[in-house]
Amino acid sequence: MEDLKKMYDAILTGNFKAAREITQQALDAGVDPQVLVQEQMIPAMGEVGRRYEANEYFVPELLISARAMKASLELIRPLLAARGAEPAGRVVIGTVKGDLHDIGKNLVAAMLEGAGFEVIDLGVDVTPEKFITALNERHAGLVAMSALLTTTMNSMKTTVDAIAAAGVRNKVKIMIGGAPVTQKYADEIGADGYSSNANAAVALARKLSAA
Amino acid sequence: MSSLLAQLLGPDPVITDGAWGTQLQALGLPAGLCPDGWNLTHPDLVRQVAQSYVDAGSKVILTNTFRSNRITLTAHGLADRVLEINRAGVEISRGAAGSRAKVFASIGPTGKMLMMGEVSEEEVFNAFVEQSSALAAADALVIETMSDLEEARIAVRAAKTVGLPVVASMVFDSGKNKDRTMMGATPEEVAEALTEAGADVIGANCGLGMEGYIPVAQRLRMATPLPIWIKPNAGLPELVDGHIVYRTTPAEFARQAEALRTAGVAFVGGCCGTSPEFIHALQKVLRP
Repeated sequence: MEDLKKMYDAILTGNFKAAREITQQALDAGVDPQVLVQEQMIPAMGEVGRRYEANEYFVPELLISARAMKASLELIRPLLAARGAEPAGRVVIGTVKGDLHDIGKNLVAAMLEGAGFEVIDLGVDVTPEKFITALNERHAGLVAMSALLTTTMNSMKTTVDAIAAAGVRNKVKIMIGGAPVTQKYADEIGADGYSSNANAAVALARKLSAA
Repeated sequence: MSSLLAQLLGPDPVITDGAWGTQLQALGLPAGLCPDGWNLTHPDLVRQVAQSYVDAGSKVILTNTFRSNRITLTAHGLADRVLEINRAGVEISRGAAGSRAKVFASIGPTGKMLMMGEVSEEEVFNAFVEQSSALAAADALVIETMSDLEEARIAVRAAKTVGLPVVASMVFDSGKNKDRTMMGATPEEVAEALTEAGADVIGANCGLGMEGYIPVAQRLRMATPLPIWIKPNAGLPELVDGHIVYRTTPAEFARQAEALRTAGVAFVGGCCGTSPEFIHALQKVLRP
């Protein structure tokens, strides 16, 4: 296929219909899906992230680009899986016990999906036990926790402690985020990382998965 | 302009109220519990907060109904109490206000994102119509702490069906200069869209301290002929030993508020981290 650059543009502008069509055409034409992902889609998402950090893009632009990525990856993933390729990582995500706010958590989940992670979303008000069960059953290497309230933030610590008590702490990396959360708090409770927004969360998840 | 607004507005800003959630927590509201539910279970304590603002000099007080739309109350397991909680909220504030203050009933966001498809426009509109109608005994409605201009527009349209004056206030806390909403809208875009949607007053609250909202207020003022409403936080929150601390003192807050008066802001109050002491200080500086 002559013009894979169109794929880059489709992701950058968040055109999910175009992303899906171009992906299908490319696959029909025998383009290596890995090439499409590595040379067009990931760089496009990188540019989206750069524009977000530079305040040229805002949350809506992040979301539509992530959605376009997801639409394309849905076609590509089965092919990669058939070759034995694993997703970028498997993440269990949820808003912690006592907290019902899900906008931040949903943004991070959407961005992680767009970045090729397999996301297991446990929803809101998630108990430590639910996190542990999901980790064990789905063999996830990452846990992402969100809290909006200072009053519910402590559930993050409870969950980190429960994961340790369950004997699986060395099998997972834990990342946290939410309005009141800071790097200092992440250090205090023994989480592996903190990010202040959904775009930074993707870079953090990649870093933790590679570690 | 509605007769209520004409009656309230003069050369000096009208003093509104401060934060409710932290005040309720100080009275024993457990962490994580929906504060609005207290309108039914602890009306006397909610009334105490309302009263503390009236006594501090608020000429406009809000209601403890920020989360009382059907979508949010459903998440808290209170879906069958929507009407009761809203009505009780107005009654409590009215009781505290008497003839000394007006009651502007609070309507907050649903907590769901339209563009993610978590809720439909129709569901959001219906939830806000239902809440607005249940608040109809108030003097005005305040749509506040909105991050998404689309949701704010729907809320304004819904609130206008009741016939009361409507304040529409958004959070500006994003972008390099902290002058955008989370979804990227500028003060000019917000002012234009909400004026067109039928709001009677346009404003900004939460997210930033006084310093951040002075330029936002000036820009809103330039972008619409409508009165402007501003309720900043008590500065930016800091986390100390797991507790949120706001460093701005009532006196500093009030001193900075002078610039809001200069900018022609019509309503001034406080959001997170503020208390009756802040309102008292505003009163002394802006309405001596």
